[in-house]
Amino acid sequence: MLGNLINGISLGSIYAIIALGYTMVYGIAKMLNFAHGDVIMVGAYIAFYSISYFGMPALPALLLSIAVCTMLGIIIEKLAYKPLRNATSLAVLITAIGVSYFLQNAALLLWTSNTKVFPNIFANIGAIKIGSVQIAPVTLVTVFANIVIMLVLTLFTSKTKMGKAMRAVSEDKGAATLMGINVDRTISLTFAIGSGLAAIAGVLLCTAYPTLMPTTGAMPGIKAFTAAVFGGIGSIPGAMLGGILLGVIEIFAKAYISTQLSDAIVFAVLIIVLIVKPSGLLGRKINEKV
Amino acid sequence: MAEILKVSDLQVYYGSIHAIKGISFNVMEGEIVTLIGANGAGKSTTLNTVGGLIKAKSGSILFDNEDSFSMSAEKKVKKGMALCPEGRRVFQQMTVLENLEMGAYTRPKGEVQESLDKVCELFPRLKERYKQVAGTLSGGEQQMLAMGRALMSKPKLMMLDEPSMGLAPILVQQIFDIIVNMNKQGTTILLVEQNAQMALSVADRAYVLETGNITTSGDAAELLESEEIKKAYLGG
Ligand SMILES: Nc1ncnc2c1ncn2[C@@H]1O[C@H](COP(=O)(O)OP(=O)(O)OP(=O)(O)O)[C@@H](O)[C@H]1O
Ligand SMILES: [Mg+2]
Repeated sequence: MLGNLINGISLGSIYAIIALGYTMVYGIAKMLNFAHGDVIMVGAYIAFYSISYFGMPALPALLLSIAVCTMLGIIIEKLAYKPLRNATSLAVLITAIGVSYFLQNAALLLWTSNTKVFPNIFANIGAIKIGSVQIAPVTLVTVFANIVIMLVLTLFTSKTKMGKAMRAVSEDKGAATLMGINVDRTISLTFAIGSGLAAIAGVLLCTAYPTLMPTTGAMPGIKAFTAAVFGGIGSIPGAMLGGILLGVIEIFAKAYISTQLSDAIVFAVLIIVLIVKPSGLLGRKINEKV
Repeated sequence: MAEILKVSDLQVYYGSIHAIKGISFNVMEGEIVTLIGANGAGKSTTLNTVGGLIKAKSGSILFDNEDSFSMSAEKKVKKGMALCPEGRRVFQQMTVLENLEMGAYTRPKGEVQESLDKVCELFPRLKERYKQVAGTLSGGEQQMLAMGRALMSKPKLMMLDEPSMGLAPILVQQIFDIIVNMNKQGTTILLVEQNAQMALSVADRAYVLETGNITTSGDAAELLESEEIKKAYLGG
């Protein structure tokens, strides 16, 4: 029971970090970046090759992976989404799906479909025992990273000039422009942050579940998107809450109900929450304005 | 007096809709100039084009003797232009103070406090409500916040789009008093209004816009007395 709860929180923390990327990009650019999950996969491959082929220590490998994904996020936004700034949201959505397939296929070409076994970066740290429960180091690091990221992002958006500008852009791009805020640059920054977080999530995900292939990011991506909606898309604490709840529900469903049905249960819970509270758990009421 | 804004032969389209059909006007430093006209005449389109939110098809816009026809809106803010848009558009989920800080986005950090003090002098009501979320302010307070926010950039030219919209007469009077005050303190003003009576009584000069064309222009006091204007815009 306690063990399952811990596993759930751990998995949920990974979802939460991914969901933060979804939610920030949605909040600022008002678009669902379905390629976000595949950025996770790219991040994991970069870390995998840096560690297993080039013998880099885990931390520099992680930093390299963050740098590459940050760049990738900026490039994706510039090439694929920016030209569609004034297009219909359907066109943007289809483009995002296209970018997702593009990344998966590029990974297939570059890195083949062979499953890679992600190295255990905490190999020489033993599990921590609390009473009768064992906690893997990756679990502790994941939960800790999640808390730190959430705190830093909250401080960033509430205290810094750039973070406040980001909130201004998310509310009203025209009015933000009239303040002298460069909206394009703000959107670019948001993609950079979200994609950097995706790299962290990718490394944590593959450390906890060490199989890596070009489709590795797809399912966690969709689940994290679900988590973001669940918690209230656009809300930072919502992404965290949604992610953790989703992880816990998934692990409990697997343990006590059915492994095959666990995903169905997760989505059923989402549907129920959205029927009761359409804006998600912590979402703001969407006030339609003309 | 120097010319701060000169717009010549401006043409603006929304797709195939020809909204502004070659208008020319200017604003001199220190003036209050008003642009009046009926609903849909193109007043907001004109301000938004000058402010850089909409791109004109052709014509020229000189701001402070600099070609700013294709300058981005955020660069115009840096150069000293502020637009307080129609419908206020304050950041609803941010506090009053945060809204004002956003208004000072282009200013160096050290000068923000000074501007805050100045804005609060004009709008004492705002200071009492620093921590309140802007979306919960009354309509009149939101209008004051929108004007205060625009003022935070310390503009040379302040463009106001229907600041009296939806306000009770006593508040309208207050808003116009503040506009005159801002002007006295050295800000040049380009004012768009439905309330022609009020606008003409505070302005130095006026332009009348009808379906994308300027049909009349001249001294505001004279226009206020003109029979034509009285009939069309002053309800008698
Ligand atoms: N985004 C838009 N797309 C298409 N047409 C537009 C758009 N915005 C304005 N128009 C049209 O351009 C013309 C001028 O509109 P504008 O908003 O400038 O008028 P206005 O003088 O400010 O009116 P009001 O006093 O009602 O605010 C109108 O005919 C309007 O229908
Ligand atoms: Mg208008």
